[in-house]
Amino acid sequence: MYDTQNKESALSQDDIKISARNVQVYYGDNHAIKDVNVDIEDKTVTAFIGPSGCGKSTFLRCINRMNDTIDVARVEGDILLDGENIYDPKVDPVQLRAKVGMVFQKPNPFPKSIYDNVAYGPRIHGLARNKAELDEIVERALKRGAIWEEVKDRLTAPGTGLSGGQQQRLCIARAVATEPEVLLMDEPCSALDPIATAQVEELIDELRQNYSVVIVTHSMQQAARVSQKTAFFHLGNLVEYDDTDKIFTQPEDPRTESYITGRIG
Amino acid sequence: MTEASFDSQGAPARKRTSLTVTDERTKARNRAETRFRAYGVAAICVGVFFLIVLAFSIIRSGLPAFTQTVVAVDFQLSQQDFDEAEAQLFKTKAYEGFLIEAIRGKLEERGLEADFDAGAIERLLGKPGSTLREHYRANQQDLGQEVYFQLAAASRVDGYLTGRVTRDTLQDSRFLQMSDLDLIDELVAVGVITRSFNWNFITGADSGVDDPGGAGIGASVIGSFFMMLVVLVLSLPIGVAASIYLEEFAPQNWFTDLIEVNISNLAAVPSIVFGILGLAVFIQFMHLPQSAPLVGGLVLTLMTLPTIIISTRASLKAVPPSIRDAALGVGASKMQAVFHHVLPLAMPGILTGLIIGLAQALGETAPLLLIGMVGFVARGNPEGIVAGFTEPNSAMPAQIYTWASRADPGFYEKAWGGIIILLIFLLSMNVLAIILRRRFERRW
Ligand SMILES: Nc1ncnc2c1ncn2[C@@H]1O[C@H](COP(=O)(O)OP(=O)(O)OP(=O)(O)O)[C@@H](O)[C@H]1O
Ligand SMILES: [Mg+2]
Repeated sequence: MYDTQNKESALSQDDIKISARNVQVYYGDNHAIKDVNVDIEDKTVTAFIGPSGCGKSTFLRCINRMNDTIDVARVEGDILLDGENIYDPKVDPVQLRAKVGMVFQKPNPFPKSIYDNVAYGPRIHGLARNKAELDEIVERALKRGAIWEEVKDRLTAPGTGLSGGQQQRLCIARAVATEPEVLLMDEPCSALDPIATAQVEELIDELRQNYSVVIVTHSMQQAARVSQKTAFFHLGNLVEYDDTDKIFTQPEDPRTESYITGRIG
Repeated sequence: MTEASFDSQGAPARKRTSLTVTDERTKARNRAETRFRAYGVAAICVGVFFLIVLAFSIIRSGLPAFTQTVVAVDFQLSQQDFDEAEAQLFKTKAYEGFLIEAIRGKLEERGLEADFDAGAIERLLGKPGSTLREHYRANQQDLGQEVYFQLAAASRVDGYLTGRVTRDTLQDSRFLQMSDLDLIDELVAVGVITRSFNWNFITGADSGVDDPGGAGIGASVIGSFFMMLVVLVLSLPIGVAASIYLEEFAPQNWFTDLIEVNISNLAAVPSIVFGILGLAVFIQFMHLPQSAPLVGGLVLTLMTLPTIIISTRASLKAVPPSIRDAALGVGASKMQAVFHHVLPLAMPGILTGLIIGLAQALGETAPLLLIGMVGFVARGNPEGIVAGFTEPNSAMPAQIYTWASRADPGFYEKAWGGIIILLIFLLSMNVLAIILRRRFERRW
């Protein structure tokens, strides 16, 4: 099993944005995440890879406590964000989610206008003082979501009327509009064409300057292209976590090797 | 390569078939589909047939309630006649005499035989003399002028004209005699007896048991209106708040399960049970006024709440969970997620449920029996808003029930007419539900 101890000593405390300690997730009796320890660095893109159903989404949802909304889900262990335990009873998950944005596996725009979709987060967090500022935030977010050119003439059209890929980029724009510190992306490109994928990857790379990005992907190439760190999950276990280059060139665990070479999945 | 060749060997040999020829299986499936469609069309036809029969019989039986038979005469009374009449001992008799003169005149103008007595006029019109006298005493400026009077005819005259009373069924009585029918026929021929629209039926209050002609449904419409107001104001906020709490906030445990089961059971409780509960709690224990729309509204609220809660919860449940995730994901609180995103999407369903609940309450009779709204004879419309809630009144279905149980056949058509009015209200509420649903849905 992967050993976090020597890695931790090599990094200063500031570099670590999120650290998970002995995280277990149960859906009723189903033990979906088994004793995961991981340190996610700031200003880094971390990719989660692994076969379907191995718990990537589940673990991702632990980081912004979206699992709270699932009645049967139970999370044990600690996840620290900037050294603070987000599962502390004193933590308000609403405040946490403003810091840790999320793009979901399935695009889920609000059934409102494109503008309102993006403006909703800034509005409820009071990020804009007036309409002009809000317009500016919306425009910037849509540009970063690589969708501005397509929707700038129809901001009042419903967001649900966009194509699947456009909807997903709208959701990305919506997530970045609130300026989160960490962005969790659950297969953000699964519905996108290569051009939009490239744009989103560019965005991820740009976001890395300021944020920590965690991305779940089924595409090895994408993981290799955008991430600096890669974590490989298998059947609820974190099998291996290391620099992306290392994972893809000389994985330590045979399971990792079989997965990235396409033998298990 | 080897696998591919294995496949082609292992699979049963497939015959080449043309797409233009339908094979047996497809034919059988198509037949089944045709049969199913025929069943569907037949079911709809049966439904529509019964609907048409129902609508036809309601309209046929109820329409006469909206018109009334009147004796219409132009009438001129000089100051001298007035003084003379006022000087007599039986003043109304004198006025009746003037009326008889006028009607005779009408008949003779057309060369018809005018052989009837005061008794016949009284059987036709009740006591027309006092109506005339009251008019002239109140409007003395009309003396010497031509005045057009429309005097309501007795219920049996009405019955004769609408076919309820025929020459074969009539038995001479102090109400109507065979000779009167000839007179009626003549008066109809000269246009003295006509049918006119009965505004009093729509705006007026109930009359006594012996005067179906004067009965109106207006007062009970107002009673129903105040009741619905109570139901709306109480059941909308309580029902929606309870559903939102149960659906979105309440923890899943045995207690909320228990509440859920109870609500579903309450929806199936017969309405008369709510009536007796209302009698015990609101009237006997809380001493609220009997027969008041306030109490009726409270009872109907109890009855409607489960319906509203169930339909509201169903429409909240129908909102995809991904919308909640999306809102929570950008840092909305649970309440913001519910009120900004879930509730607007659930609105059409909530409104539909609400209006259907209200419509149900509007047509409910049984609980009103127990709190004394059935059988109460409202003599007039309530004065003011507070009185509307607390003064005894009837409600539309209760009024219909009361009329239907009265002996005079004249009330029979009033009951049908009342049903028409009730149905008009129910239909417009349903149309409103559809319009609101469209409006809210059209947003997305
Ligand atoms: N809401 C839920 N309720 C119960 N079990 C769940 C729920 N969500 C996920 N699970 C279970 O948890 C396990 C991990 O699921 P998860 O969605 O995290 O997989 P994943 O790695 O994201 O897969 P994919 O790549 O297909 O998205 C699965 O066995 C799944 O059945
Ligand atoms: Mg997933």
